[in-house]
Amino acid sequence: MSETCTEPSRTTSSPSASLETRHSKLETPAPVLTVAGLAKTFTLHHQNKSIPSVAGAGFTVSAGRLTALIGPSGAGKSSVLKCIYRTYLPQTGSMVLHGADGDLDLATCSEHAALRVRAREIAYVTQFLHCLPRQGTVDVVAAPLVALGSTRDAARAAAEERLRELDLPARLWDVPPATFSGGERQRVNLARGLVHRPRLLMLDEPTASLDRRSADLVVAAIHAAKAAGVAILAIFHDPDLVAALADDVVQLTRPEVPCAA
Amino acid sequence: MVADRPVLAVRGLSRIHGPACPSCRDLTGDAAGTNVCPRCGSVVAVADVAFDLWPGEILGIMGESGSGKSSVIRLIHLDDQVTAGSAVFREHDGTEHELATTGEETARRLRDTRFGMVHQNPHLGLNYLVSAGGNIAERLLCSGERSFQAIRDRALGLLTRTEIPPGRIDHQPRQFSGGMQQRLQIARALAPRPELLLLDEVTTGLDLSVQARILDLILEIQRELGVAMLVVTHDLGVVRLLAGRTLVMRHGRVVESGLTDQILEDPQHPYTQQLVMSAL
Repeated sequence: MSETCTEPSRTTSSPSASLETRHSKLETPAPVLTVAGLAKTFTLHHQNKSIPSVAGAGFTVSAGRLTALIGPSGAGKSSVLKCIYRTYLPQTGSMVLHGADGDLDLATCSEHAALRVRAREIAYVTQFLHCLPRQGTVDVVAAPLVALGSTRDAARAAAEERLRELDLPARLWDVPPATFSGGERQRVNLARGLVHRPRLLMLDEPTASLDRRSADLVVAAIHAAKAAGVAILAIFHDPDLVAALADDVVQLTRPEVPCAA
Repeated sequence: MVADRPVLAVRGLSRIHGPACPSCRDLTGDAAGTNVCPRCGSVVAVADVAFDLWPGEILGIMGESGSGKSSVIRLIHLDDQVTAGSAVFREHDGTEHELATTGEETARRLRDTRFGMVHQNPHLGLNYLVSAGGNIAERLLCSGERSFQAIRDRALGLLTRTEIPPGRIDHQPRQFSGGMQQRLQIARALAPRPELLLLDEVTTGLDLSVQARILDLILEIQRELGVAMLVVTHDLGVVRLLAGRTLVMRHGRVVESGLTDQILEDPQHPYTQQLVMSAL
């Protein structure tokens, strides 16, 4: 396990990275996401307050490797994921996705580019399952493939395969996940995140609230995704999981709260 | 279909009701806190609205009553006269129309064959003197269909699609429930296979289970037909469910625009922050 520090200077040197690739083809994984100098502060106009959430995060996520974000509660781990997904607008920094169509800075790209990347290259799995109400589980999981133009049958077949891997009982496949237990929902969520084979997978505590056996299934699915070359950025609160799954660890610290403005 | 160009490109779109003086724009809007010009009394319903709508995209327009959101789609639907600015509609075959200056004949053709409008009040969108099938047939006749059998088949297909029992094709809309009337309005709007669907508060005032079926239907239509849609609503839940991107309007201006989840989770403008906080 290597320790990645958070100074942005280490992550911005793409020329040397390509040099390394030439020298050791097998050892250097291809970078998929390069984050540098990322900062996010919330401005609450009605309360006249600024709340710093992320200060100067920088790291690289590479194909077939898992980068774990660790740090105390309030260090901005989830905010980093939300900035990368563009649910939050960061103030400064760059988040370059080395995608199929070339490099794209998610901090400054157009809304349409962000939506395209979400549909094709980035999957974001949280502890909460946001999906259309009234939709059966297989269709929930198949939705990303349908959106990309797969036929419904092909998408459902791929979805069933993912659900089988995560050992979700087949009797639940046609039921909407609204009534599922936390562990079942989380597995549905992960199955949906993996179904269209994204280039970058972001996981926010994917094993929280899972029993031992469900957690083992999720860990196996994460190993399989890594082996398939998916770049993974994950938040775990269990240090054992970090030790078992992470190739790189990024320590975030709580941003300094400025004196009252 | 040309997917790398917007269906609709709107720039500086404005509609001012009244005499309009040179100060109208400067003295109204978000900073002024009103859309009535204090100098000449004109109502600045819409000013400087700009957006692109892409093929297959659903764009939400959110705002309170009087924010100008419905005025925007009335201008796009050529129901009202643009005061200034530009709105270019691009057909599938690449033909472009400047909606701000289009003539009445083209306007009628676009409304009949390329646009579909669904109103909050079905009385504005349906003809209550003819049957459900007749409501769909009217639109098909306007778009040039002349075969009785083709019209009847298409009407039955659309009723099935919108979950209205085909056996009720000859019933009058007033015999339908509120939710069914709304679905019939959608069927009527879809009849000529429009390229742009304009939805104005389509679920407002309906009970929750009926709302849910209408929203499901809209999403299915988007998935199956790839129609671009503008969805006007004051309901955050509706934009969250339907729209990938959202504009927030107030006093006739767009005060914020962005990805819908960003608007709802990290709103930037004081008004949007207040709106989101009041809803959650």
